[in-house]
Amino acid sequence: MNARNPTGAWFEGLEPDDVDGAAEAVRDGRATTPREWAAEAVDAGVVPDEEAYYEWLHEATLAAATAAVATYERADDQQLIHAIRALDDCQRVVNELTERLGEWAGTHDPEARVDTGYVRSLAERDPESPAERRLVTFAGRIVALEDETRELRAFVERSAPEVAPNLSALAGAELAARLISLAGGLEPLAKKPSGTVQVLGAEQSLFAHLAGGAPSPKHGVIYLHEGVRRAPPDHRGSAARALAGKLSIAARVDHYSGERRPELDQELERRLERIHARGRE
Amino acid sequence: MTLPDGVERRRIEGESVLSTRGEPISDEPTADGWRRWDPHRSKLGAMLELGMETGLRGGETALYLGAAAGTTASHVADFAGPTYAVEFAPRPARELCTVAASRPNLFVLLKDARDPASYGHVVEPVDVVVQDVATRGQARVALENRVFLREEGRLLAVIKARSEDVTADPEQVFEEALAELRDGYEIIETARLEPYHDDHLAVIAQRR
Repeated sequence: MNARNPTGAWFEGLEPDDVDGAAEAVRDGRATTPREWAAEAVDAGVVPDEEAYYEWLHEATLAAATAAVATYERADDQQLIHAIRALDDCQRVVNELTERLGEWAGTHDPEARVDTGYVRSLAERDPESPAERRLVTFAGRIVALEDETRELRAFVERSAPEVAPNLSALAGAELAARLISLAGGLEPLAKKPSGTVQVLGAEQSLFAHLAGGAPSPKHGVIYLHEGVRRAPPDHRGSAARALAGKLSIAARVDHYSGERRPELDQELERRLERIHARGRE
Repeated sequence: MTLPDGVERRRIEGESVLSTRGEPISDEPTADGWRRWDPHRSKLGAMLELGMETGLRGGETALYLGAAAGTTASHVADFAGPTYAVEFAPRPARELCTVAASRPNLFVLLKDARDPASYGHVVEPVDVVVQDVATRGQARVALENRVFLREEGRLLAVIKARSEDVTADPEQVFEEALAELRDGYEIIETARLEPYHDDHLAVIAQRR
């Protein structure tokens, strides 16, 4: 509190036509004691009457909330989709380059191997010829790209639960991000029937099935979930179906309410437990 | 039980239902400008449907905590005076903004109900606090927001058992919440909201 702003009122020091300033004041201001703000604004001559006050407040609160929602939406599922796709690209390129390096290094070093540990040791080496210098800096690039991959993974782990708290709790951050990416966003994922979610990522086998002949795919990318992977082979289809059902519900809750619902975790756990038990009978 | 002015039982789509008059939200059922207030989708709607004495008369100043997408908050704004709707999650708030855009007396605040000072510079003293927040510590939230209630002001709250502890017995959760609420409120009436909402306790209380 200071002399210019003795009560903390959001409208202190503002002109009534300043909607941006008002929105900012609504967003950032604080006051521990609420007061009859409408009456005070009129008494202070900031607005002619209470009607004008409420009109201004309506504009200011709506502008502040709309701006906050827009900022949030920019930062959400689309960013996650780019991150998981970049992660996959990095991973694929690291693998390709590691193989290329192994092949090349084999001509210089009988100990050469196609693995990360070897790439890292090579990157530290002192080169003895122009060709070796290229090899060593090449290895350095691969190491840097691997580090980037790890950073991207950490980013996905951090932001998936913000974008889709329930889906991430049930599926794990990475699988949640993959499902959102395959669907093209959280909203499209929330709108898909669970049978579609079950085979997301298995489009090739699905089309082979639809074209005739091939069996229908039991699962797409949700195979990455250990509830499906650990299920007895005969019951993997049921596990995939059950999981897809719960993941769809989680995605809908995330999209339409955004509220965390811990009971979903338990429902999924119980359901999968029953399916796994069937296999042990 | 008396319904507040501005809330009426009317025939909409062949059924006698609670309704308020206002701009409809998307494709909800309406008749002659009256919007159906579905007790299955609204806890305050369920309280009225179950005949609880909310003390609402219509035209009061209201603070709504946990407005979510604005389903209930929109009905409150239809019959109340200045209505402040607090919601923390940005995702449902988009819908809430749409609802508020056509209601000049509905003020959206993207704030955390656990931190009342973050909206104390905007919200005036109110006649009623409606609370439907799905976080742990729901009684705490009600106590923290008591500062907004005028003398004789009422709290209409729902306690969601699963938000406190998924594994605990709901009755146990409710008892603990009520005990905590008594620190700042006199409990007037409580009721479970079945069959409209499972494991929710509605509480009507007066500021002490």
